[in-house]
Amino acid sequence: MDEQRLDGNAVGGLLGEIFPFEMTSAETACAGCGATSGVGAAMVYAHGMGTIVRCASCDNALIRIARHNGGGMGQYWLDLRGVAYLKIEEAT
Amino acid sequence: MGSVMGRFFSRGFRGRRRPREQAESDRVPPGQYLVDGFPVLSAGPTPRTPLDRWDFSIVGEIDAPKRWTWGEFRELPSETFTRDIHCVTKWSKLDTTWEGVSVDTLLGGAETAAGYVTAFCDGGYTTNLPLEEVTGGKAWLAFAYDGEPLEPEHGGPARLLVPHLYLWKSAKWVRGLRLMNGDEPGFWESLGYHNEGDPWREQRYRGD
Ligand SMILES: [Zn+2]
Repeated sequence: MDEQRLDGNAVGGLLGEIFPFEMTSAETACAGCGATSGVGAAMVYAHGMGTIVRCASCDNALIRIARHNGGGMGQYWLDLRGVAYLKIEEAT
Repeated sequence: MGSVMGRFFSRGFRGRRRPREQAESDRVPPGQYLVDGFPVLSAGPTPRTPLDRWDFSIVGEIDAPKRWTWGEFRELPSETFTRDIHCVTKWSKLDTTWEGVSVDTLLGGAETAAGYVTAFCDGGYTTNLPLEEVTGGKAWLAFAYDGEPLEPEHGGPARLLVPHLYLWKSAKWVRGLRLMNGDEPGFWESLGYHNEGDPWREQRYRGD
């Protein structure tokens, strides 16, 4: 029904452009409902204006990322208001 | 030949050249391309609120808040209108025909000192606009597209339609307008997109 819905692994490449860690295995806590999950288990919507990672339990927007050319400069906009925390494992 | 000239002059002098007689290229804002289909972009699951649980309200800086059930909303006088629409992802679509209730009708001369409005929606989406961009016959609460009830994928049962601005301002699944004294960036406006979004000035991103 929602053909643009992907699983959380689909956002790994985009998050990998921003963070120097494997982000699909990072743990998130939802600021809306408190559910914890791996980023790879969240729901990803690849909208043409930006990528939205949503909580699989309550649909709250956990992470919002837009990559565009504001002011003629390539830039990432990252909104993490929807996560209570992100736990990122150091590479071993 | 005389009649051809006469037609030419009468049309030119009266200045009544209608949009569909203009060259299509004159109707495509900078950086846009034309599509025949109607692309659907999803930033979340498609809400499907049953009509018997749907309402629309105008709240915030208003002397008396307003609320309509679906039945009450559909009793309001509506208009059928044809406009070109422009998405910031660069597609434009010409001559889209909608039916909806003008935001002027919804406001109905309500007393407000508000300068801004935030549209709020099922699914949590918001977008912000100066009040003057949705009044004066420039915006509608649309419930039909191309003669059919508006499909959920396109924002049904009702979406805001503000066709002179990029389409993200035309909030899908809209449930109300909050009149505000101050401006508050909405879902995309707070993620680096332009606050106003005029396609003819190519106001795509903050700083454009
Ligand atoms: Zn949640």
